[in-house]
Amino acid sequence: MQITLQQTLFIVFGAITLGAALLVVTRRNVFHAALFLMLSFFGVAGLYVLLEAPFLAAVQLIVYIGGIAILIVFAIMVTRDMMNPDVPGANRQWWAAALVSVALCGVLGWVVLNHDWRATAGPVPEHSIAILGATLVDPEGFVLPFEVASVLMLVAFIGAVTIARER
Amino acid sequence: MVPLEWYLVLAAALFCTGVYGVLSRRSAVAVLMGVELMLNAVIINLVAFWRYLEPGAATGQAFALFVYAVAAAEAAVGLALIIAVWRTRDTVILEDIDLLKG
Amino acid sequence: MSILNLAWLIPLFPFTAFVAISMFAYRNHKLSHQLAIGGMAIAFVLSQIVFWAAVLLPVGGREHAFESTLVPWLPTGLEVFSLGVYIDPATAVMLFMVPLVCLMIFIYSVGYMHGDPRYSRFFAYMSLCATGMLGMIVFNNLLAFFIFWEIMGTSAYLLIGFWYEEKSAVQAGLKAFLVTKVGNLFLMLGLVLLYSEVGSLAYRDIFDLETLEHLAHTPFLGTQWSMATVIALLLFGGTIGKSAQFPLHVWLPDAMVAPTPASALIHAATVDSAGIFLMVRAFPLFVAVEGGPQVAIVAAIGAFTVVLSSIIAIAQNDIKRVVAFSTISQLGYMVAALGIGAYVAGAFHLITHAFFKALLFLSLGSVTHSMEHGYRHAHAHYELEEDGIEGFDSHDMMSMGGLVRRTPHNFWTFLIGGLTLSGFPLITAGFWSKHEILEQAYELSLAVFWVLAVAAGLTAFYIMRQICLTFFGHPRTKAAEHAPKGEPSMTVPLTILAVFAVSLGWVGIPERFPVIGGLIPNWFHHFVGSTIEAGRAAKVAGHIAEPRHGFVWQPLAIGLIFKLGGLGLGWLVYGRKPMQAGETDRVEAAMRRVRLGWLYEAMRDRFYFDELYQATFVRGSILLADLFHLFDYKAVDGLVNLAGRAGRGISKVSGVLDLRVVDGLVNLAGLGMRALSDLSGVVDLKVVDGIVDGVGDTVRAGGRFIRPIQTGRAQNYLLLAFLMVLALVVMFFTILLLTT
Repeated sequence: MQITLQQTLFIVFGAITLGAALLVVTRRNVFHAALFLMLSFFGVAGLYVLLEAPFLAAVQLIVYIGGIAILIVFAIMVTRDMMNPDVPGANRQWWAAALVSVALCGVLGWVVLNHDWRATAGPVPEHSIAILGATLVDPEGFVLPFEVASVLMLVAFIGAVTIARER
Repeated sequence: MVPLEWYLVLAAALFCTGVYGVLSRRSAVAVLMGVELMLNAVIINLVAFWRYLEPGAATGQAFALFVYAVAAAEAAVGLALIIAVWRTRDTVILEDIDLLKG
Repeated sequence: MSILNLAWLIPLFPFTAFVAISMFAYRNHKLSHQLAIGGMAIAFVLSQIVFWAAVLLPVGGREHAFESTLVPWLPTGLEVFSLGVYIDPATAVMLFMVPLVCLMIFIYSVGYMHGDPRYSRFFAYMSLCATGMLGMIVFNNLLAFFIFWEIMGTSAYLLIGFWYEEKSAVQAGLKAFLVTKVGNLFLMLGLVLLYSEVGSLAYRDIFDLETLEHLAHTPFLGTQWSMATVIALLLFGGTIGKSAQFPLHVWLPDAMVAPTPASALIHAATVDSAGIFLMVRAFPLFVAVEGGPQVAIVAAIGAFTVVLSSIIAIAQNDIKRVVAFSTISQLGYMVAALGIGAYVAGAFHLITHAFFKALLFLSLGSVTHSMEHGYRHAHAHYELEEDGIEGFDSHDMMSMGGLVRRTPHNFWTFLIGGLTLSGFPLITAGFWSKHEILEQAYELSLAVFWVLAVAAGLTAFYIMRQICLTFFGHPRTKAAEHAPKGEPSMTVPLTILAVFAVSLGWVGIPERFPVIGGLIPNWFHHFVGSTIEAGRAAKVAGHIAEPRHGFVWQPLAIGLIFKLGGLGLGWLVYGRKPMQAGETDRVEAAMRRVRLGWLYEAMRDRFYFDELYQATFVRGSILLADLFHLFDYKAVDGLVNLAGRAGRGISKVSGVLDLRVVDGLVNLAGLGMRALSDLSGVVDLKVVDGIVDGVGDTVRAGGRFIRPIQTGRAQNYLLLAFLMVLALVVMFFTILLLTT
């Protein structure tokens, strides 16, 4: 079958994402794992682009990589002395976890593949970002969740500061 | 076109990878990273479904944005917790944090 | 209704006097002697009436004995004893003598006992004694006889021990009582035997000819002796006791501690005479068997007693003792006489003896009374050789002397009494009665005759000795010097008695007596002899001495030789040159010179009979008593204690039984209960608790089992969650697949 460009790009980004993800969960060195996490995020961003959602790709890059991943790196650095390279990265139940995840993956895959999604892949409007923005502040749209999300982040922000504060 | 199923399967695989990471990683931070992976898989699913089922509405993307928000909040709080635990317990190995052991 | 029934009343009056004095007149001395003398006087009057009636009337005299109407008295099971009065000549003459002599003695006692603190009691006892004697005489059966016999014995005991502050008096009283009791025992056995053979104790029944025949021919328990012999000898036992014959004579000398009037009463009129009267009364029994051994035994004992006591009397210095032994010997005379069959002679001597013995006692009572007064008089005014009143014995003849001048009345009465005792011929009653005995003895038993004759000589000797020592010569002590005369209450009775002592003999003059015989019929012999003659004419002829056709001069002559010889010898030894103060008794001195001092001492100590009895009977009795006591103590008490210990042992056994068995059972039950409770406890513990604990343990185990799930690690929980999700999904899809 002919693999189109999109498909190729999909495979590349997909491989990066999964590959990096796999490395994230298997690397003994947590810092390395964090870095691979960033790489995985990059792949995900690429996928967003592929899905014609450039705003989200940008949000991904900013929020995840620039925010969360950095945060993780900071956390790793703060808690760094603890990680002994000789100690294995996985705990005792990794095999069970592997089984579960594989089984889960199988189940999910099977469900996905056996369901008729009637995906039409219609055209994306030109200014979808504007529509997104308008929808977010639209009172009949998602302004409430939007504000709530703001409040949530505020709470989380305060909470995090409180929790992580030096006593 | 990339078939929707490919995205969904990818998201499932990413999710399960995240599950594996959550369940089997010793370090709490690594567990958090697995959680992020899972969230990422979720967002991928959302976006894929937006694109392939209702690209005209902004619902999918809005939803995805809210997931981002939650993920960020959760990551922040989680890491704060980890730091707090590290301060008191001097460890981030989840196996050693078993105060609720029965 | 015969006048002789008055005899019922005779004993009643002295008895009333006794009761009245005891109950009312105890403090009033004058009233006491008035009551006593009054009672006695009435008895005397009644007795005289009865006597003269018996003499003069046909009934009660010659032919028949009088028996009053009978009064039922003692129920004895099958039959009833009846009581009545029985008057026969023997009874009659006794009734003549006894109240008269008693009355004289009572009157005398007023003077003699004057001032004694127990004056009333004395008269009460005397009245009781008189009651006893009179009752004994008048009633008609041997049981009443015995009862009054014992009453007399009791009153004798009371009288002998009258001055009971003196230990010797108490002991003498007891001795008299106990020694006579030995005799009384034999008497009682005789009565029992008699009653068992005859079935009655009334004279009428006993002295019936047929009864006597029966008794004479019934052998006693298979021996060769007949019932009559044995009964007679047993009854004689009573006489031996009461009339102080050998071997039971020992009480009489000691009884001299009684007040002299009491001695007179006892030994002259009542107690001693009672013994002889028993023989008189039961004479038919004695002669029921011809030539039986009882005759010999009785006569032998009587004769021996006469001689023994005469010998002892010679060596006595106590004035009363001499008279005591003379009493014993005179009683022996009577016993001997009765033993050889001289019934009348014996009875005659009994009567005369009462008078002169009472005379002698009362006279010597006056003498001692005077001596005491003399002592007090002298003691108050002079220095005395004797040491204190305890050293002075008013009875000691050795301290008398010369009293003929001080108390002439005493001398004459005593002389008359003494001469009568010795049988001074013709003018004394004693002569006639003694002569009769000697006469009979000469005819019936020469052995007895010679013994009695010798004893008569001894009697004369010692009485002369007594008279000389007491009255002649010079007073050997100050007391004798100052002895005063007696009082009328004492002298008058003495005089009266002396009269009788002289004259009474004349009623018994044997008819064949030379010169005087036949002048006065031998009334006594006829009267009294009729008692026997009336009942047993032919049978007893051989035993009853009849007046012989001729007069036998030998007994008279021999008797006179001995008596006058004795009197003369006594005068020679003691009277011609009266003894001086401090001089040893002449007979004693003489005997010592011929190395017979030991014999003299034996005589003086009464041949040691008392010591012998003490060593044998008394000690024996005490030993026996100790033996019985030991037996009682060891055996009887042992048995009792054994029973007690057995009882205790049984109780202990039952206690152990109770403890072991019963308690064991109870404890077992308790243990059973406890075991049961333990069991249920265990059950409760193991099972119930087991279940409960088991439940708990199970839960805990379950918890322990499940707890590991809570590892406290989040990742474990998460894993589980995902597993569950997977499971659910699988389940869900399986169902889905299955249902489609």
